[in-house]
Amino acid sequence: MLRAILCLLLLTLPAKAEEVVLGLSQDEVAITATFDGSQILVFGAVKREKPIPAGPPLQVAVAVSGPSEPVLVRRKARRFGIWVNTDSVLIDAAPSFYKVATSAPFDTVLTDVQDLQHRVSIDRAIQSVGATFGTAAGSGGAQDFTEAVKRIRGGQDLYKILESSVIVDQQTLFRTAIDMPANLTEGDYSIRIFLTREGEVISLYETQIDVKKVGLERWLFTMSREMPLVYGLMSLAIAIFAGWGAAAAFRVVRLR
Amino acid sequence: MQIYLPIAEVSVNAFMLLGLGGIVGILSGMFGVGGGFLMTPLLFFIGIPPAVAVATEANQIVASSFSGVLAHVRRKTVDFRMGTVLLVGGLIGAALGVVVFNYLKSLGQVDLLVRLCYVVFLGIIGSMMFVESLRAIRKSRAGGPPPKRKKHTWIQKLPFKMRFRTSGLYISVIPPVIVGIAVGILAAIMGVGGGFIMVPAMIYLLGMPTKVVVGTSLFQIIFVTAFTTLLHATTNFTVDIALAVLLLIGGVVGAQIGTSLGTKLKAEQLRILLAMMVLAVCIKLALDLLIMPSELYSLGRAGGH
Repeated sequence: MLRAILCLLLLTLPAKAEEVVLGLSQDEVAITATFDGSQILVFGAVKREKPIPAGPPLQVAVAVSGPSEPVLVRRKARRFGIWVNTDSVLIDAAPSFYKVATSAPFDTVLTDVQDLQHRVSIDRAIQSVGATFGTAAGSGGAQDFTEAVKRIRGGQDLYKILESSVIVDQQTLFRTAIDMPANLTEGDYSIRIFLTREGEVISLYETQIDVKKVGLERWLFTMSREMPLVYGLMSLAIAIFAGWGAAAAFRVVRLR
Repeated sequence: MQIYLPIAEVSVNAFMLLGLGGIVGILSGMFGVGGGFLMTPLLFFIGIPPAVAVATEANQIVASSFSGVLAHVRRKTVDFRMGTVLLVGGLIGAALGVVVFNYLKSLGQVDLLVRLCYVVFLGIIGSMMFVESLRAIRKSRAGGPPPKRKKHTWIQKLPFKMRFRTSGLYISVIPPVIVGIAVGILAAIMGVGGGFIMVPAMIYLLGMPTKVVVGTSLFQIIFVTAFTTLLHATTNFTVDIALAVLLLIGGVVGAQIGTSLGTKLKAEQLRILLAMMVLAVCIKLALDLLIMPSELYSLGRAGGH
């Protein structure tokens, strides 16, 4: 067993001739009360022991992905003259946020086989292989439902492929900026950087960025989950106080 | 100014929320309706998740109703006795309504049923009020005596009679309790205070004077929506306090303006305005069901249906 692992290591080592040294503009995204989106700067260099290999230039793909969760997709159809939800498909896992930036057109950077293996494109990031649950499952229409997830989240600026937006200098330095919209959900966002030549992945670097609520947002969120009764009573107290305050204030205004 | 809502997890414009709260508050003060039937769809429209919109709206209605009822208390247009009787029914109804709501949820068609409820009830009540107040206005223009309200003889015969001085009524407590239960059930299912159903029910079923109806309805709504808020906060964790605060700042100010506007308008005019608004919301919701939507698909959280 140990020998087998060693063999594997030795086999994979030559592939690591070029490696990523990464920098991020921030290692967490803090959601504050006035949060209206953010931009992460991803930059880095390629570390190599040997001279730059000849042939097609090095390409870079940067994939930022939010936490993956199952999504229930419903479709409406006309029944008795009104539009109602009829079919549904459960998508096994779809990231809450997914953006890929590449240094050239997507097909040039990654071959289909490599995309399949590493799940880089949006289609591959959404896992609907086992879309077996739901009323429309198995009818071959599941593809429409996956398309709907892409379309709806794409419309909310949550899913996007940014082709040719990674700038690569001298096949060594690269940088790109990824916009995070205001409707982010909390969680650990993974950042994957692929170095490719002729569409083949030669190096993969993975890191995480923490997206979380801070300050008042954090406090309220935690309280609503951990002390729901206190939170509910507090909401009511604020409501009643505000109602009374406005009534009292208006009486003063009217009496004058 | 954009603001990120901690529970809803979306970023919205704070001034827009203040404005929405203000408009709905004015309606609340004028008509004695909580305004939920208007605000809840508006919140959906600006991108607040429906579950959060419904729960937070209940909290906001508490504020605007409380503000409105204080003005009515000072003018002595609240029938506390009647309000309490209605409230007893309302709380029973709300608890029943939550059970019904959860049952519909398990069937997976709760959205549709809520919408159909809206269309049916708003349609019936809106057209009923519209026709009635149009007739009343015509009669008063013709110079004839004001229309006498139909006496419900079967209501007079019921036992457990109680004197409601403020309303000038001596009737059985059974009809108000039943009205309260019915409104409570609908309020819990539709995620509204239920004023738009209760106001006509009080006028036409119980025969209460219009002046007292608004204050009494607000009084009852406070407790039913407070109960609903607590229920949502403890079971679904969907009350967004930041959203509620923004809506209620606008709402309480609006309610005060609305209450003073309400005293300047005649009862018939008030009723016809409310009828028109109810019908407008009804038509909008009906069209949403009838016209093919631009996006046929919708995303939901799996497991959390």
